[in-house]
Amino acid sequence: SAALIDMSMMSSDVERLLIQFQDEAGEPLGSPFDVPLDITPDKLQLVCNALLQKEPVPLAFFVRGEAEVVESLRVCVKALGVETEAVLPVVYQPQAVFRVRAVARCTSSLQGHTEAVISAAFSPTGKYLASGSGDTTVRFWDLTTETPQHTSRGHSHWVLTISWSPDGRKLASGCKNSQICIWDPVTGQQMGKTLTGHTKWITWISWEPLHLNPECRYLASSSKDGAVRVWDVVLGRCERILTGHTQSVTCVKWGGDGLLYTSSQDRTIKVWRAKDGVQCRTLQGHAHWVNTLALSTDYVLRTGAFEPADATINPQDQTGTFEELKEKALQRYNKVRGEAPERLVSGSDDFTLFLWNPAEDKKPLARLTGHSALINEVLFSPDTRLLASASFDKSIKIWDGRTGKYLQSLRGHVAAVYQVAWSADSRLMVSGSSDSTLKVWDIKTGKLHTDLPGHADEVFAVDWSPDGQRVVSGGKDKCLRIWRR
Amino acid sequence: MPQNEHIELHRKRHGQRLDHQERKRKKESREAHERSHKARKMIGLKAKLYHKQRHSEKIQMKKTLKMHEQRKTKQKNDDKTPEGAVPAYLLDREGQSRAKILSNMIKQKRKEKAGKWEVPLPKVRAQGETEVLKVIRTGKRQKKAWKRMVTKVCFVGDNFTRKPPKYERFIRPMGLRFKKAHVTHPELKATFCLPILGVKKNPSSPLYTTLGVITKGTVVEVNVSELGLVTQGGKVIWGVSVDEDKAGDHGHAD
Repeated sequence: SAALIDMSMMSSDVERLLIQFQDEAGEPLGSPFDVPLDITPDKLQLVCNALLQKEPVPLAFFVRGEAEVVESLRVCVKALGVETEAVLPVVYQPQAVFRVRAVARCTSSLQGHTEAVISAAFSPTGKYLASGSGDTTVRFWDLTTETPQHTSRGHSHWVLTISWSPDGRKLASGCKNSQICIWDPVTGQQMGKTLTGHTKWITWISWEPLHLNPECRYLASSSKDGAVRVWDVVLGRCERILTGHTQSVTCVKWGGDGLLYTSSQDRTIKVWRAKDGVQCRTLQGHAHWVNTLALSTDYVLRTGAFEPADATINPQDQTGTFEELKEKALQRYNKVRGEAPERLVSGSDDFTLFLWNPAEDKKPLARLTGHSALINEVLFSPDTRLLASASFDKSIKIWDGRTGKYLQSLRGHVAAVYQVAWSADSRLMVSGSSDSTLKVWDIKTGKLHTDLPGHADEVFAVDWSPDGQRVVSGGKDKCLRIWRR
Repeated sequence: MPQNEHIELHRKRHGQRLDHQERKRKKESREAHERSHKARKMIGLKAKLYHKQRHSEKIQMKKTLKMHEQRKTKQKNDDKTPEGAVPAYLLDREGQSRAKILSNMIKQKRKEKAGKWEVPLPKVRAQGETEVLKVIRTGKRQKKAWKRMVTKVCFVGDNFTRKPPKYERFIRPMGLRFKKAHVTHPELKATFCLPILGVKKNPSSPLYTTLGVITKGTVVEVNVSELGLVTQGGKVIWGVSVDEDKAGDHGHAD
């Protein structure tokens, strides 16, 4: 603080301003501070970290919660036209302490599938990689050598969706013949029985979060037949069937508060209580099929007890007793969730998105319009501040995760954008498209960071590993590509 | 009263014999035996024709039985997984065929980026001067014969201006100047009308290349930026070399 006093004394002839630091919830930090008008974000960071009296973290500052301070406070003040007499509230947002580096090159092209690759996912710690394909197999790949590890046969039709359990010890895969199989990534063998019960193909699988049940025993699956089933994978039977939708259920998400959210082609989204399967609420508003759902806590529920900041070069399995894991997962979940309940975003064929507060309200918080074609995927950033929507109109739009305000459009693809994936620090995003390229976007500048061509045909599945080291992409050309720095 | 309804009329008036149903049933059951007896005893041309007819009837019956059999059992066809695997989000959507997408994109604005394709020069019959160029006689007594007029389709660039008529040796008539070409993609079997960028090589003679004459086997560059194609290297394709199939306006794209 001695350095700060020196600094303030030196620039005594520059205009000064009173600012009040506030956190994202609006709570003031310390008392109003007198700073010169041309202060830069670095100096603001020093001041704020000193006030926070914790370990210094990188921070981003937003004047009045709207304009970000990029070069100096003066630019923002001029842009907003704020009076310099009153106390100016400046919201500080802690950014991720670790920084994920952008991927730049394709380290390997994994061949092995004999049909198009339709789904690919990293395990929550980033140790294992699994991919499902149209040749009815699920393949596990060894990431250290980037070679095939196991080929798991058991399905009789295309493997449409795969999902890792939050502890990374099980993989659930659903196929077009309405069967679900659970696989062990270490041996590649099937665990337990094949779960049958649905009458049409499986559209999505979602596990129960780790902090609700560290055994990872229950999962929810949605299907084209309009029903959602909750399965017990240990006993291999269906616990509950949630019916209510009149058409295909396109997505199911198991929320961290014990609620299940389902979206359907009948234009509604239903909220259910996971414990007893009672329907709590129906959210209506869309004018066409609801294609995709995203929860603000999606990323933290996916990674469970694994903290991306603690990632090592060689990903390790999660160790610890059930209680320890549950405690860690609960801590992480509460930190990301904050005070407000989970937010839900739904993207639809009617070219709009809705932002909901499903635990409390039937009315949407905001309607996000702007796309000119149907929306294929929506994803919250891991720190829940931003929202990305990928659409068939070749653009990706970034919205504010809290209010739904439109922030920017990312253009560059020449065909429909199919999937997007955020990096663990929320600074970068990768998108895969029908034009066979992947593009890495820098969110802060809003510009294209790297173009990753290489696939011979459409890219169907994209994932960024939670430890930030690798990006995997699979597509119609039957090969899986791993991209690294 | 019409002539041919007396049997029906009698039936309606007086009904049928009391044992009519019984007799009908027995007669029908004898029919198989009678047919077989006929088939065995018949001789001559009549027999040949009859046997042929019976054989074809038998085949038809076998076919219908087989069809019924197939419907009952689920055969190997259902075990084989169909082609064209798509992810869940594309399942309920009818995939627009690539050709349709491309033809829709024709109407959009042009994109940038170069990407030239090499086309192997096909072996074609070289066209002689008398075919391609026609002698134009000039002068007061129509004796001078130094001018030539091109008789095939040609392409002149955007910034083309004629030389003064006194000095122009090769005349390219306006009616034979083409700006666009119909290009067929051999795989997609879709045809697009694309603007020509230039004549790359005419196999008959370098003179024709410079003149821009398009004959069979000419390699022509067309502007495909409207199609929005992307190479594996990630570049957007801007131009493509096309083989002329016939001297007209059709060509294959590579």
